[in-house]
Amino acid sequence: MAKVIVYPPTSMILSDLVSRMGHKALVVPEAVRNLVTESKIQSPPLNMTPEEPKKGLRYAAVDVPSGVRGRMSLIGPIIEESEAAIIVEDPGWLTGCSGCSRTNELVRLLIRTKGIPVLDLSYPTNDDEARVFVQKIRSFLEGLN
Amino acid sequence: MLVTKYVITSPESNILPSDIAMKIYGSKHDVTVKETCMGVTINGEESVIDEVVKEIRSLDPAGIFIKDRGFPPGDPRRCRGRRGGGARPGFYMIESECKILPMISRALAAEGDVPSLPEKKRPLPPGRLEEIVKEGLS
Repeated sequence: MAKVIVYPPTSMILSDLVSRMGHKALVVPEAVRNLVTESKIQSPPLNMTPEEPKKGLRYAAVDVPSGVRGRMSLIGPIIEESEAAIIVEDPGWLTGCSGCSRTNELVRLLIRTKGIPVLDLSYPTNDDEARVFVQKIRSFLEGLN
Repeated sequence: MLVTKYVITSPESNILPSDIAMKIYGSKHDVTVKETCMGVTINGEESVIDEVVKEIRSLDPAGIFIKDRGFPPGDPRRCRGRRGGGARPGFYMIESECKILPMISRALAAEGDVPSLPEKKRPLPPGRLEEIVKEGLS
């Protein structure tokens, strides 16, 4: 079982396909869960402690907007943990954790420079493309075993 | 560790969120269930949730999709009832992806050869552009 990071990191379709094919999808909600369900909440609502900006500083300089560093404190450790990646081109509907274009550029760059197997795809627009989409993901994930 | 997951049904699936909720209510598992417009949110111990997910998937293997969620169901930091209305940020992503779920479901259920697609036009590689410029100027 490989740890596969998906981009967009909040994608339901990608995380589901990875999970149903027997691998572990690395997604942002898991990182968020660790922060919001911590029993000793120091700084509601997300329990951001001084450690989080420090984590973000590992990926982006101090003069980079705080939104980028904050997001990278969640996504950066996931990228480090990943063993493979599936990247779907920007569909134009990214919000929340993945709603920052500069962060998304940095995330894609870090994934590509990590040297792990990467599958590049686009969201399907018809049935034929959907079948190719699923087949490519299936073949890619089977190749990781 | 307590985990929360979304169980989302494809718009073309015959399974309703209420069917999933009833299935979980009727099971022996200790899981919190909350029905939503696009499926259900389930919350419980990780090992229990994994078992529940397997049972739910068996209702419609190609039409039910599972997604992790960070906040527990009904959390006041995300619940729109406590925030004065409006969808929570993650809803827009789910709403958009729900539109292509029927295609993904049909692709998952399909058997046989995958159709070949015409190759998409790619941008001119910079090296080739450089050659064209040199040829044009020489």
